[in-house]
Amino acid sequence: MEKPKFNIAVTGLNNTDNPGPGIPVIRGLKESKDFDVRIIGLAYENLEPGIYMRDLVDKTYQIPYPSSGKEAVLERIEYINSKENLDFIIPNLDAELYTFIQSKEKLEKMDIRTFLPTMQQFEERHKANLNEYGEKYGIKVPLSKSITSRRDIDELKEDFEYPLLVKGKFYDAYLAYTPEQVNTHFNKISAKWGLPVIIQEFIRGTEVNVIALGDGHGNTVCAVPMRKQYITDKGKAWGGITIKDEKMLELTRNLIRQTKWRGGMELELIKTNQNEYFLIEINPRIPAWVYLAVAAGQNLPEALIKLAFGMDVPNYSEYEVGKMFIRYSFDLIGDIAQFGSLSVTGEM
Amino acid sequence: MKKLDYERPILNKVNAGMPDKFGMKTKTATLSHIEEHSVHDILKEFGSPVYVISEPCIRKTYRTAYKAFSTRYPRVQFAWSYKTNYMNAVCKIFHSEGAWAEVVSGFEYSKAIENGISGDQIIFNGPEKSKEDLERAITDGAMIHLDSLDEFYFLGELAQKLDKKANVALRINLDAGIYPQWDRFGFNLENGEAWHALNRIMLHEHMELVGLHTHMGTYITAVSAYAVAASKLADMAVRLFRKFNHSIKYLDLGGGFATKNTLKGAYLPGADTCPSFDDYAEALTSALLGSELPPDKLPLLLLETGRALIDKAGYALGSVLANKRLVDGRRATVIDIGVNMLFTAFWYEHEVLPTKLNSEQTENTTIYGPLCMNIDIIREAIQFPLLQKGDAIVIPRIGAYNMTQWMQFIKLRPPVLLIDEDRKIHVIRKKESFQEFNAHENVPKHLK
Amino acid sequence: MKLKRNVAVSENGFLFNPETGDSFIVNPIAKEILNYLKEGYDIEKINQLILDRYEVDLVTLEKNMEDFLKMLQHNELLDR
Repeated sequence: MEKPKFNIAVTGLNNTDNPGPGIPVIRGLKESKDFDVRIIGLAYENLEPGIYMRDLVDKTYQIPYPSSGKEAVLERIEYINSKENLDFIIPNLDAELYTFIQSKEKLEKMDIRTFLPTMQQFEERHKANLNEYGEKYGIKVPLSKSITSRRDIDELKEDFEYPLLVKGKFYDAYLAYTPEQVNTHFNKISAKWGLPVIIQEFIRGTEVNVIALGDGHGNTVCAVPMRKQYITDKGKAWGGITIKDEKMLELTRNLIRQTKWRGGMELELIKTNQNEYFLIEINPRIPAWVYLAVAAGQNLPEALIKLAFGMDVPNYSEYEVGKMFIRYSFDLIGDIAQFGSLSVTGEM
Repeated sequence: MKKLDYERPILNKVNAGMPDKFGMKTKTATLSHIEEHSVHDILKEFGSPVYVISEPCIRKTYRTAYKAFSTRYPRVQFAWSYKTNYMNAVCKIFHSEGAWAEVVSGFEYSKAIENGISGDQIIFNGPEKSKEDLERAITDGAMIHLDSLDEFYFLGELAQKLDKKANVALRINLDAGIYPQWDRFGFNLENGEAWHALNRIMLHEHMELVGLHTHMGTYITAVSAYAVAASKLADMAVRLFRKFNHSIKYLDLGGGFATKNTLKGAYLPGADTCPSFDDYAEALTSALLGSELPPDKLPLLLLETGRALIDKAGYALGSVLANKRLVDGRRATVIDIGVNMLFTAFWYEHEVLPTKLNSEQTENTTIYGPLCMNIDIIREAIQFPLLQKGDAIVIPRIGAYNMTQWMQFIKLRPPVLLIDEDRKIHVIRKKESFQEFNAHENVPKHLK
Repeated sequence: MKLKRNVAVSENGFLFNPETGDSFIVNPIAKEILNYLKEGYDIEKINQLILDRYEVDLVTLEKNMEDFLKMLQHNELLDR
C-alpha cells in the first residue's frame, strides 16, 4: 500500500540555547516509516534557525504572534492553507496553546487537524492551581500558596518552612531562605510577571521529567522518563539520559487515565531521597527534548499524527534506558537574499 | 492617462530576530460607517472630534445580557450603572429596556429621578452620601447600600428622626480568588465584619435589610470568581434566614464584566479572552441554584453591569492633526482625541482605526492626543497606516466611563451624538460653549 | 543628495545597507524614488516625475519627501 503523505505545519522553530520543540518534532516526523511529510514551518521571528534548515523544513511562513489576536492568526493560516493544503498543525510554544485550543473548530472547518488538550485540561493544570490539581488526581505536590501582597509574607511561616520557592505566574523561580529574601523576590517577580506570586514548598531531591502522549481516552501511548544531566544558566537541559523508573511511569499513566489527557505533555517531578515523587509542573505540550524519546524507541510525534488520523498506533511499552542527548550549537549559513525574501514576503 | 494612486514613500527597518509584522499582510481594520452613517459625513456635519453612541447596539447588548441571565435564573433585574455613562438619553434607553438605576452620588440620584425612575428602583451605592442625599433616599424608599459603620450610625439617626424605616443592603467585600481583592468598599466577609454589621442592621428599628451586595472589581475575566462570590452571598443569606427567619429580597452581584478592549500589559487581545454573557451567567446562576437557598424563595438577582453593556456602543471620531518624526526615527501621529476625552486610554490599548486604506503599508507609530502635556498618549506603539493631515480616525468601544470621566482641560468638551434605531442622528449633548463655561466664574471686584 | 553607491534595492523592495548591515523594506513608490536618487536626479526633478505619474499635490509630496529623505539620512543611506 502506498504511504500517505501529510502536509504538517510546525511552530517553535527557535532552535536556540532556549530551544523550542519544533525541530526535534520534525526530526521525529521525518523518520516515520508509515507516512511521508511535507513540513511547513510557521515562524514568528526572522532569525528562527529552523527557517534556514532546508533539509528539515520545506517551506516557512511567518505568522503573527498570538498577541495580535486569534482572528489575525487564523486569517494567516487560512492563507497558508490555500497555498499548502495543510493537514495538521503542531503548535509547540506555551504562548500559542490558548489560541490554538480555542481555534480547534475553525481549523477543522479548514480541514486542518490538531491534537491538543481540551481547554479544561489546559486551564486546570496552571501553576497557581497546583494544590487543587494534586488533591483531585491524588498526586503529591509541594504546598503552594498564591500571594498578592507583601503583607502576606509574614504569615508564610505558619504554613512553610524555609527555604521556600518564590515563583512567577508564568516563569521564574527563586529560592529564598528568609522573609527578607522573599520580599526581594516578590518585588522582582511581581514587577515582571504581575500578581499573584506563588510561594512553593521547596522539595529536596532530584529533578526528573517524563515526556508522554495521551490519546484523549485515558490511555498512555508514549511515556519516557529522563533525568537532566546538565542545566544551562538559563535553566534548560543541555544533556539528559533516559532512566528506568516504573514509579514515574505509573504516576504518568495514572494521571493520563484520570485526566483523559489529549496530546503531548511533560511532567516535571522531584524525586526525594525517600523515593517520593512530587509533581511541580505540567507542560501541556511536547518538550524540546522529545527527540531523546524518539531515539529511545518511542516516536512520539509520529504516534501523535497516527492518533489524529486514526492510523494504527504502536503499543509503546518499551524504551531504551541509557540513551542520552547532548545539545550542541552549530552555525548555519544563510544569505541576505533569504533574509530579504522572508522579510518582504513573509515566506521562504 | 489616469494617474496612479499615491501613497507616502516609506522606509521600514527590519529588526533581525525581533517580531516583524511587515510583509505578513496582516490587514489593518478600517471602519468607514457607524450604523450606516459615513464617518466622514458625521465629522463634516458635527465637527471633529465627536462622540457617537449607537442605540441599536445598546439595545442588542442589553437584550443579549438579559437573556443570558433570565433563561438561567427565574428572577433577574439589571440596574444601570450611572457612573459608566450618565447621558440622559443613554440612561433612558436602559430604563426603557427595564433596567433600574444604580447611583453613587446625590448628583446621579437626581439624574435618575429626572429620568423617571422611582426611588424604590434606585440602588444608592458609594462611600459618599450626604445628609440630604440619605434623607431623600429614606423617604423615597431607595435601596441604600451601606459602605461603612459610620454610615450605618448616620443613617440610623436620620431614619429615626424621620421616623421611617430605611431600606438597607450591605456592601460586602470578599475573597473570590481574584487579584487585586478590593477591600476598600463595604464590609469584609472573611473576617466576620460583614456578619457583625448584618446583625446590627437586623436589630435596628429603623432599618429593613433588603439585600446583600458585592462588587469584586473591574474587568474580571475569571467567570469562576462570580460563582465563588455568588455562593458566598447565598450562604450569608441562608445564615440570616436561620438566625432571624428573615428572607432578603435580593442579591446584588455588582458588575465588573470584561469587554473586548485589550488591557495594557495583557498578552492576548481582549477579543480572544473576554468571556461572553452566557459564560458569566452560567457560572453565576449555577452557583446560586446549587446553593442552599430555598427554591421557592429565591432572591432577586441584581446586576449592575455597566462597562459590558455600553462600551461597544460608543465611538470617538476624530482627525489627524499632524505627522512627525521622533528623534529615534519613530513616527508620531497627533490626533484631536486626547486623554481629556479618552480617559480609558490610561488602561486600555484602544484600537485606532482609519476609515479607509490607500495601501497595506504600516509603520510603527506613537499616537498622541492634542493636549499640551506629556501624558497625552493614546497608543504608545501601534502598527499604523500612513494617514495624512485631516484624515478621519475612529476609536471604537469607548462607551464606558469616557463620557463621565472626561476632563475639561484647555478645550471644551465635544458634542455627543446618538444614532437611533431608525438611523436618525440626534445631538444628545451639545458642544460646550465658552460663554456657558465662563459664566460659572466670578472675578473679584479688585481684579476687574 | 545621492544614495550611497553600494546600497541595493531588490525587485521586491528589500534594501540592504552593506556598510552597516541594516536591512529595510520599502514600498513601491519609495523604491521608485530610491532608484531616481541612485541615478543622481535632484529632488526637484524627482518631485516632478512623481507628480506626473501619481495623483498627489505638490505640498503633500514635498512634506512626504522631506520626511522620507530625513529617514534615509537617519539610517545613513545617503552620501552627503
